Order: sequence, then structure tokens, then C-alpha cells
Amino acid sequence: MKPCVPVLRSVARLSAGLCFWAAMGLSRVVPAAEPTDVDPIVLAAEAQRIAVMNRAKDTVLAVFGATAQGGGSGVVITPDGYALTNFHVAKPCGSAMKCGMADGKVYDAVIVGIDPTGDVALIKLLGRNDFPAAELGDSDQLRVGDNCFAMGHPFMLATDFQPTVTYGIVSGVNRYQPPAGTLLEYTDCIQTDASINPGNSGGPLFDAEGRLVGINGRGSFEKRGRVNVGVAYAISINQIKNFLGHLHSGRIVDHATLGAVVAFDDQGRVIISDVLEESDAYRRGLRYGDELISFAGRPIPTPNAFKNVLGTLPKGWRVPLSFRRDGKRYDVFVRLQGVHGKEELIEKSMGGPRAAPGMPPQPKDGEKKPARKPEQPSPETYTASLTQRGLAESGRDTMANPFALPGLAGERPPKDQPPKPENPPPKSEPPKIIPIDPRGMTRQAPMPEAVKKVFEEKHGFSNYYFNKLHRGRVWQGWIASFPVGEAAGTWKLSGRVEGGNEFVFTLTDADAALKLPTLESQWIAGEKLTASLNPPHSGGLLLALHLWRRLNLVGPEKYGDVYYLGTSPLPKRQGLFDVLVATYREVETHFYFDPQSGLLTAVEMYADEHDDPCELYFDDYETVGNRKIPRLLTVVYGNDKFAAFRISEATFDTTSTSK
Amino acid sequence: MTIALRNPTLLRQTMPTVRCAVALLIALAMGAASAAAADLHQTISQAQKKIVKLYGAGGLRGLEAWQTGLLISEDGYILTVWSYVLDADRITAVLDDGRRFDARLVGADPSLEIAVLKIEGEDLPSFDLAKAVTVGPGGRVVALSNVFGVAQGNEPATAQAGVVTAVTQLAARRGVFETPYRGPVYVVDAVTNNPGAAGGAIINYRGQLVAMIGKELKNSLNNTWLNYAVPISELRKSVDEIRAGKFVTRQPSETEKKPAHAHTIAGLGILLLPDVLDRTPPFVDHVQDQSPAARAGVQPDDLIVLVGDRLIQSIKNLHSELEYIDHEDPVKLTVIRGHELVEIVIAPPGERGKP
Repeated sequence: MKPCVPVLRSVARLSAGLCFWAAMGLSRVVPAAEPTDVDPIVLAAEAQRIAVMNRAKDTVLAVFGATAQGGGSGVVITPDGYALTNFHVAKPCGSAMKCGMADGKVYDAVIVGIDPTGDVALIKLLGRNDFPAAELGDSDQLRVGDNCFAMGHPFMLATDFQPTVTYGIVSGVNRYQPPAGTLLEYTDCIQTDASINPGNSGGPLFDAEGRLVGINGRGSFEKRGRVNVGVAYAISINQIKNFLGHLHSGRIVDHATLGAVVAFDDQGRVIISDVLEESDAYRRGLRYGDELISFAGRPIPTPNAFKNVLGTLPKGWRVPLSFRRDGKRYDVFVRLQGVHGKEELIEKSMGGPRAAPGMPPQPKDGEKKPARKPEQPSPETYTASLTQRGLAESGRDTMANPFALPGLAGERPPKDQPPKPENPPPKSEPPKIIPIDPRGMTRQAPMPEAVKKVFEEKHGFSNYYFNKLHRGRVWQGWIASFPVGEAAGTWKLSGRVEGGNEFVFTLTDADAALKLPTLESQWIAGEKLTASLNPPHSGGLLLALHLWRRLNLVGPEKYGDVYYLGTSPLPKRQGLFDVLVATYREVETHFYFDPQSGLLTAVEMYADEHDDPCELYFDDYETVGNRKIPRLLTVVYGNDKFAAFRISEATFDTTSTSK
Repeated sequence: MTIALRNPTLLRQTMPTVRCAVALLIALAMGAASAAAADLHQTISQAQKKIVKLYGAGGLRGLEAWQTGLLISEDGYILTVWSYVLDADRITAVLDDGRRFDARLVGADPSLEIAVLKIEGEDLPSFDLAKAVTVGPGGRVVALSNVFGVAQGNEPATAQAGVVTAVTQLAARRGVFETPYRGPVYVVDAVTNNPGAAGGAIINYRGQLVAMIGKELKNSLNNTWLNYAVPISELRKSVDEIRAGKFVTRQPSETEKKPAHAHTIAGLGILLLPDVLDRTPPFVDHVQDQSPAARAGVQPDDLIVLVGDRLIQSIKNLHSELEYIDHEDPVKLTVIRGHELVEIVIAPPGERGKP
């Protein structure tokens, strides 16, 4: 190489000289620059793009842990600081994290709710009520070929938190990416060719107008290593909208299963290839061999389409399902089960080393494998999430602080590389590497005071503070319309059954009774609440009314165990409803409140968790004095309407009744 | 905007200020941009209908059992890359609308590494190779493929947008990219050549076919991957020849008179690897010293792909093809040696000693 050096030098000199003369020449010889003939439309499109990105960048976050570990991206969605990121970004940060914004400032943030299966976390930034917030788009409107752009902090490049923007097109919509392990399943996601790299995780994918359409989190990585391969996936914002109410609840949120498996049959139809007898789908009539037509309002032409729709739904939601058997079509509403047992989900979200967020394990054979046709084998594709931690754990990154530019070796790390033990100075690596504790959470800085005020630990919750907040909000919204706190005596509801006779409900602390000319039915509070589920075929109407009265009288704090579930739909009703889940002794009851009016719309009382609940629907509320009284009570059990009661009179005695 | 301009009050308010004029332009641009996006969406979705997902052999670690193909005739001819995926008894082609077909390998040109398949269809949306166009460096293109096998059933192929960064000759990179193909390629700035993408289409923004995405190629000097596609103009002649019967495996129905004394593999002095599969590729295990094959330069590990112009897909194929060559005639073999395609003419034993 030595002989070359002088040559190189002279070349360098020569080129420097050339540059100089070129520069001089330009300034001397070339007349004032001719205005380049660019179509004004092009210039305006550019100006518009710049304006959109300029606005969008203010909403983008760099998310990292209190001790500057981890690192990913996020996006603010409300002015009071609620923001979205990936679960696998938030998790290593623990309950309190730091967020850098384009204004150059670092804000404290707290975890709110997590969806480990869908890889989404809701966090809340503290300290302002006027955060720049992204407008939520409608990801169902995205089409292949639409322009889109990603923003975030790939490689944590920006020390001033100005996010990186990468531009591309929508490469595919409604894509399905199987889970890594049993978590981080990407369903109905958006595929883009915009460059997505480690550190982009949790960051926003915007449409060309700057509306938030997805959260970037995953790429197809194989032999090219863990950098952009032109194939990246974003969780659709419409899926996140379904979960947003649940995420606000401060809970560890679960996804749904139907309790049935679908597959192609030999004619290419999507059929039920297995159904659990204890599932709601089975009770609604779904059987092996039925052809699935539509689910949650969407047609199901492929098993992937089914998994896509299913993955966008939270546990417990009731959605329409249509199927065909022997040429006859059936339309039902099914209540979805959870994917995980409660403790299983908590355990998984805490995560052992195997589920360390930066390096989610590959789907293993037999592990919740997507039902593909044999000739479409599951790809040997290494789809993985993208955090700085991913690089760190793969031993190729120097994450002394999150802003260090990581090395970018091209090789893909071994898949099953065990997490590093505490402080192992790796022999083969330069000494400047500061290893990161694989569990992240155990080496946290003390929680800042501002965060402590909005954080409360409780088993099964990511942040119980927010659950209490919403429980209180929902309750106050309702009880203002129905103040009955003093009316601890007998409650009487009377009127006429639709298309039938007169009725009287009598409700006290100790019992409940229904009187009709043809029937007298009673329920008495005994050792077991569910000892009698009268009247017959109602699923326990009198018990349900007793619990309805109880909650109204004593409120959620004294009722038993009451938590805010989030928001769920009700069959044949528009919008989503706030749900309180109230457990008193052995009975779990769900109370649905209209988010606009605050009124109690429905009650589902589960006398037996493996059976249909007794459903009460309260409609036609009318103001009577200082209360709003429902004029119509409809009772449904299973597939059948039990009765509809037109309430003409309701009295609430204040004197306690004792028999 | 038309409404705004027609409204005199609005017009008076808007016109005098520069700011509003910019806003106007931007609004126009937004309209234009969304119109452009709509066009691209239309272009892509029309072209996606002509992309097929192919499933065949593979499935082992690092060897995905799928690739992409292009419908090139209404009656179901499909152009794709020639690869191990096609070494299957059953090749399944899944159309954009989700329909599945069994595909038959019509023929393959080993020098271009392309294959033509056929499915029994009619009125299928297809590319017309005769109407394929060329683009220069800087040309905007869209790549369509079933990269990573992400689409299944009626799910459309992946679309990636990019720019042609160079049109160059792979021949000049001999030894850097290990491939028998030496012709010109389009190099693109999109990451197009991922697993499963080979056989996909490169189209321009008007939806015209430009090139076919090639197999994955890694630069042996710096370990980077090449994103490239082979111009259709390079492939057209060979595709036509395959469809006309060249590079085609002899069909059982083709009855040609066999010579009384034909060549045999053993007679040529070639020992093959054992025939253990339905379709065992004919790899040379050993060449007998002083045999006709040895003299012609056949080497161990050569893979025999052509006898004359006949495509050889298996040891059985090779045996039966040789039955048609009189033992007094020379045998023309094409073999794959490493990543080279080598043509060998084996002189008949009787011509021993001739130059």
C-alpha cells in the first residue's frame, strides 16, 4: 500500500484544487442562476410535504428508560400527553420512562396500559396539557401504493431528538405476521417499504397528509441482518383504536380468541376445523365444518383474514359472526375469550429472558402456528422487533447512552443467544461496552416524584392509578343521573310486560321478587348467591337486579372488587361503552355505561362463568325528579329474549327494610 | 378549490395575500399528490393481478419453498426463475384472486436461469412480453413480488417503490456475483431481492413490464446484497424458444424413433450420484479414466442440465434422453459447474484419437 500514498495525496490535492477552481469558476463565469423550470405543482407538493412533516415531527418521541437504557420511538396522540409506543419498547423502561421530543426537551412519562400480544403500550407524558398531538387516521382507508412516511429514532441518531423521517409507499395492507413466541403477533398490519431500522420501534407511520395510521414495530429480517430490508410492518391504528379504551384502564390487556380454529377446505373455503365446546361460539351454534362467511363485520376469504380480524379485537368483545351450514346462513353475536389465562399473561408480560423484548424468539413448531396450507409452509423468516435494545442484546451495540451511534455490523445475531448475565465484560468486545441488564426493570433509577403521583402498583395492572381514575370518572358520570345513595329501602319497579301483563319488581337488601298475574318468582340472598336463578329461563334476572341495586346503592368502592375494563361494544348498538367489571362474592357482573350520556346501558350477570350471562338492557331514560329512570328494561338470556318490561313507575324507599 | 374561486367574496379575500396563494398551490398539490397516489394504486393493483405465488420444493432451513412468477399469456404460461423450488412433483400456482392451479414445468433455460410454467387457465390477466419496455437510470419503478411469502391466498403481492440506479452488465462482475447469467441488469435502490421475491415483476409507473426480479445475489467482495432485475428484452427470445419446444423435457407422448444402439451413461464413463428421489438431479459422482466423458472434460460434481436442447430434470430423464442418441453420434451436454454453465461435446467412442 505504501507506494500508493503519494499518489493518493496528489489526487487529493488535485481534487481539492479542482473544487476550488470549480467554485471560483461558478461564481465568476456562470451568470445569475436561471430560475430552474420546475412545475409549480411539484414545488407546491414539496412545500406541502415539508409542512406536513414539520407538523408531524413535533409529535414524535424518543422513548428510553430512566437510566437511559433501552430506546425506541413513540408518538403523542392527545394534548394531555397520552402517547403510543410498542410494548417491547416500553417494557425494558419499567413503569417510568423518559421521552425526548423535537423541542429538544426530555419529559417524564409513566406507563398506562400494555397490550403484550399486540405489542402496544400506552404511556402518558407529564408536565404539559398542550403537547403537540398526532391526528389519528383511518388505516382501513390505506391502499397499496399510497405514500406514507415513518418517523422515529433509528439507531437513536438524534441527540436533539429531531426525529428521522423515511419515506415510502404502502406495500401491503391486512398483512398477517405470526407471533414471535406467543406474544408480539402482528395482525391486519400495514406493510411499508419506508426504511425501518432498530430504534424505529414504537414510532409512527403517517399517511401523506400526516395522519397517524400505524405504529412501526417489526421487519422481516433474514440474511441481510437486523436493518431495513424494504419490508417492515406497522400495527394499524384502527386495531389500536379498538384497544385504546382498554389501554386507558391501566391493565395488562389481552387479545381475543373465538374458541374455534379455521382452515381452508379442499375447495378453498374457510371452514371451522375445530371448536371448543365451552366457547361462546359453540353455544351460539357454531360447529365443525361450518363455512365462515364474515366476522366482526368483515368478509373472511382466507384463514389469514380470520386471524387478521381476530387479532384486532380485545378479549371479551362481542362481535357479529356469520356462517353457513347446508346452504343456510346464520348470523349471531359471539363473545370472545382471552388468548391467555390471566396469570399467564401477567407472567408473559413480565417476561423471562426468553421473551426479552429486543430479541423476541422465533415462532416454534407447534406453538400457536398459523394454520397454513401444507404447500404454504411457514416462512423461515426472521421477523423481529426493532429496538436499540435488540442491538444491545445481540452484542453489537454500544449503548453507554441511548444517543451513541451503534456499530452496524452486518451479521445477524444467533437466534437463541442467551441473555447476558449481569456485568459480563465480554472478552471479544471492546471495553467501552456497557452491558444492559436483560430485564431492564431491575436496575431502575428511583421513580421521579411527578411519576409517583400517577403510578400505583397492583397485581394484574400495569398502572392501577389509571384504573381508579376511570372507574371514578365512569361512576361519577352515572351516579349524577341516578343519585340513590339514601334510598336503602325497598325499590319497586312496575309496569306492563311488552305485549303482556302487569308486573312488579320488588328489590331489597335481602331478596328480590317478580310478580306477574301468572307467575310469582323470588330470589333470596343466601349462602350462595347463585343458589336460585329465578325466574326460570332468565339466566338469573332477579339476582342481576339485586346486584344492579347493590352497585347503585353502595358504589364501586364498597361493592366488592370493581375495576374499569375499558370500552366494549354491545350487540346492535353504535359505538363503544365504558365497562366496569364488578365481582361480589362468586358472581362477576359487567356494567356498561354510555360514554356520552354516562347512563347505565346494560348489565351482564355471569351466574356461571361457563354459561351465558343474564343480560339487562336499560333504555328510554326519562328524567323524574333528580333522577333519570329507564322506561324499558329488556332481558336476554343466551339466544333468546326473555322479556321486555315497560316501567311506568319506579319508587326508591329511603327506610331500610328488614324482614 | 373551484368553489372557492367561484365565490367572489372568497376570491377577494384570498387573492391579495401571498400566503393564501401558497395555500392555494399547496391545496392544488395535495389534489395532484393524491391523484398521483390514486394512479399508482390503480397501476399497482392492475399489475398485481398478473403476479402468481408459486409453491414447490424446499422448506428446509434457509431454503424457502416459494417464489414469484409472472403470467405471460391469457392461457396460463408463467415466467419465473429456474430454481430448486421447481424441483417438485407438484408446483402450485396461486393467482392474485386466490385460485390455485397445479403448474407444469414447460422448460427452462439454464443460462438465463429462467423457467416457463403452464397452468390450465383461460382469460387470465397477463403481461405481454412483446410489449415490455426499457427504462434508464433514474427511472421510477415498482417491484411486485411475494417477498418473504407474506401474501397467501388472494392476498396481493408486495409492492415496493424505487428508482433504477444503474443499468450494468453482470459479466463485468464475474467472480463477484456467482451466477451463470452474464447479461445486463437493472440495479434498483429498493430492497427488492429478498427471499421469495425472485420471479417478481419490475414495472414502471405506467404499469408496463420492465424486468423480472432475479435470484438473490451476494457480492462476494463485500458481503452486500444486490437488488437487481433482468430486462425482459434479455429473456423474451428464450421464453419464445421454450414455448416453441427448446429446453423442454421430453414428454412421454413425444414418440421419436430410437436408434438400435444408443448411448448410455455408463458407456460414456459417467457415474452419477445414487438415484434416491422421484427427481434426483443428475450430479456426476465419478468419471472413469480414459472414458469418452473424461476426454471431453466432464468432472465430478457437474450437474447435467441439458442433453442437446432437452432439459434434464432428473436421472431418469437423463437415462431416457440418451436412448434417443445413436452411439455413433456425439453427445452435447450442458452442465452447471460451480456457478458456471459449461457446454461439453462428448465424442463417440469410435472417434477415439480424432482431434
